[in-house]
Amino acid sequence: MNDRISRRRFVTAGGAAMVAGLAGCSSDGEASGGTSTDSASSGGTVKIGVLEDRSGTFSLVGTPKWKASKLAIEEINADGGIMGNQIELFDPDPQSDNSRYKQLTRKMIQQRDVDVLWAGYASSTREAIRPIIDRQDQLYFYTTQYEGGVCDKNVFAVGPTARQQLGSVLPYLREEYGPKIYTIAADYNFGQLSADWVKVLADENDAEVVGEEFISLDTSQFSSTINNIQEADPDFVMSMLVGKNHTAFYKQKASAGLEVPIGTSTAMAQGYEHRRLDPPAMENIYAGVNYMEEIPSTANTKDGGFVDRYYDMYPDAPYLNEEAETNYFSTYMYKKAVEQAGTFEQPEVREALESGISLGPERAPEAPEGETIELDGATHHVDHHMWVMKADAEHNVTSVADRKIPEQFLSETVGCDLTSEDEETQYTPRDYFEEAK
Amino acid sequence: MVNGLNLAFQYLQGFSVLVLAAVGLAIIFGIMGVINLAHGEFIMVGAYATVFGYHDLGLPLVASMALAVGVTAAFGMVVERLLIKRTYGRLFDSMVVTLGLSLVLSQGMLVLRGTSEPSVPTPFGTISYGAFSQSVYRVALALAAVAVLVGVYWLFTRTEYGIRARATIQDEGTARALGVRTERVYSTTFAIGSALAGLAGALLAPIVSVTPTMGGTYLVKSFVVVVVGGPSVVLGTGLSGGLLGAVDAVVTNVYGQTAGSIVLLVVTVVVIRFFQDGVTGFTDRVRDRLAREGT
Repeated sequence: MNDRISRRRFVTAGGAAMVAGLAGCSSDGEASGGTSTDSASSGGTVKIGVLEDRSGTFSLVGTPKWKASKLAIEEINADGGIMGNQIELFDPDPQSDNSRYKQLTRKMIQQRDVDVLWAGYASSTREAIRPIIDRQDQLYFYTTQYEGGVCDKNVFAVGPTARQQLGSVLPYLREEYGPKIYTIAADYNFGQLSADWVKVLADENDAEVVGEEFISLDTSQFSSTINNIQEADPDFVMSMLVGKNHTAFYKQKASAGLEVPIGTSTAMAQGYEHRRLDPPAMENIYAGVNYMEEIPSTANTKDGGFVDRYYDMYPDAPYLNEEAETNYFSTYMYKKAVEQAGTFEQPEVREALESGISLGPERAPEAPEGETIELDGATHHVDHHMWVMKADAEHNVTSVADRKIPEQFLSETVGCDLTSEDEETQYTPRDYFEEAK
Repeated sequence: MVNGLNLAFQYLQGFSVLVLAAVGLAIIFGIMGVINLAHGEFIMVGAYATVFGYHDLGLPLVASMALAVGVTAAFGMVVERLLIKRTYGRLFDSMVVTLGLSLVLSQGMLVLRGTSEPSVPTPFGTISYGAFSQSVYRVALALAAVAVLVGVYWLFTRTEYGIRARATIQDEGTARALGVRTERVYSTTFAIGSALAGLAGALLAPIVSVTPTMGGTYLVKSFVVVVVGGPSVVLGTGLSGGLLGAVDAVVTNVYGQTAGSIVLLVVTVVVIRFFQDGVTGFTDRVRDRLAREGT
């Protein structure tokens, strides 16, 4: 009896689901017929999906990304939209949960039928949704700084890579302090690959890694690490620590009296430790970044500049971080590509992006006056303007060096060219450099 | 090369964190038989209360820590009245209830205070020896751990509450027949256990990142200490904190952090395999056997 009812209910439910599914398809199809497919007409909408964490592990660093996307979208809409089409934003909160990310990515593509998608903070998230992106050939922007090496026809990884970030700060510290480096890094793929890049860059800059330590993400006691650094007595430390537990390292090294200079690609620019921790925890820390709130470019600091516009819209926001700027400029990068292509059709937009889009300081505030940043069509990565930012004993952050650093690994070492060959691969330094092994 | 002083400091750190985190859990489990899976979150509440007192109320650090102990004690009393009281004698129910409470507390704190707290400064200075330097606070932490053990020992052996509490553990029915109000003993015990968790959070706040999810780390550590320690609250916590702290310090110093954490758990497995009722269970048996042979 029970069995029969449940079977019948199952069939009924299944049938309803199928009908609903079909209805969903056709209505979504109509919607896209009215907007994205019919590109010539204006007055419609363009659908943008933005999946950024506002709760869970990454909410601290994901929320500014989401806000900056909204800032760009609001500016564009106020200015008449993209080719006369207002942007319609779909932005559910993925809650720092990779299985939720997968589910929402499918929903964005299949039900919302978005024209373009921004999604994800961690590399693990990007790798979790990349198969879905590639199966559906969805145009996708990944905007976090990351280990580098993703050569994927659908993915535009427009944040700086480890080679760009470490490549800005490591040579500076080598010149200032000397050749002996001690590496501490979070014990997962980002940290491991970043540590490999430190070895490669050390070799290129005539320096030497005298010690290397990988620290699990749930570690919050660092006295043995601090002892190990003191024992190795390096000229400077390279730190790729990640997450809340690892923040305690900076407190503990200050209270233990460890005074060695520290270069980093992760601290300050993402999670604004220099604002959250009491001085002098971040004293003598050098961050290699494409952006943080304090960079002194005119477009960033002037009246009505990027910082002003952000805090006008979000007066209570705690910080404007590195990835927020990447979300901001990549939204304009997309707009420019659509206008160049004259359509929202994804293959054409991708082609326009691959023709090499460049942005000036007004839309990419990391660039100083008169300079631009460029999207490299072959690799889908960006040649960034990189800054070395130093925190002093009072946690004031100032720029000590800056220069443009192109993406090098995919373009020069691997030879990734997505304009001529479609790929969906992530390359690692170990495959190419003897020092990284 | 292993530096003796580094090893000593490493040991003090391991010992103090383990003992401070575990002692509250040991009391609640040892006397009440309640497995408090929200113990880590009680530590978290203590750490948050410290930050709140220091930054939001502008109190001095010591006063903030005292506030944290008071807040968690009161909080523990409320939790005991509303939830724990209803699950006495039902071990698994108490586990489910406290697990639920731990989720509510960590997520509730996330909603209430967001993901990141301002930091509390680390008091005292540094001491240097050779190429190395350490924060003096770590030594203070170890002294605090020893003081807590002494205090708990005094509480259970020299006060009237302690006598009632021990009578209640030994034989609840007889204790009640003799006029001990066991309900009040339970309620006081839970509040004391909570206060000690709050103290752990308060003392750890200056050296760790205070986050809503920090409890999880300490829950595992506390359980390991309690399980290895066995039935005797003070001696068990002290011995097992001493043993596990030593293992952790030596292995971490020689092979690094990850190896330290792994070996800590391996030792726990070995201890449980061979001494089912922990270190003090084993010492009790040895003592009994010696006493029998003596007679």
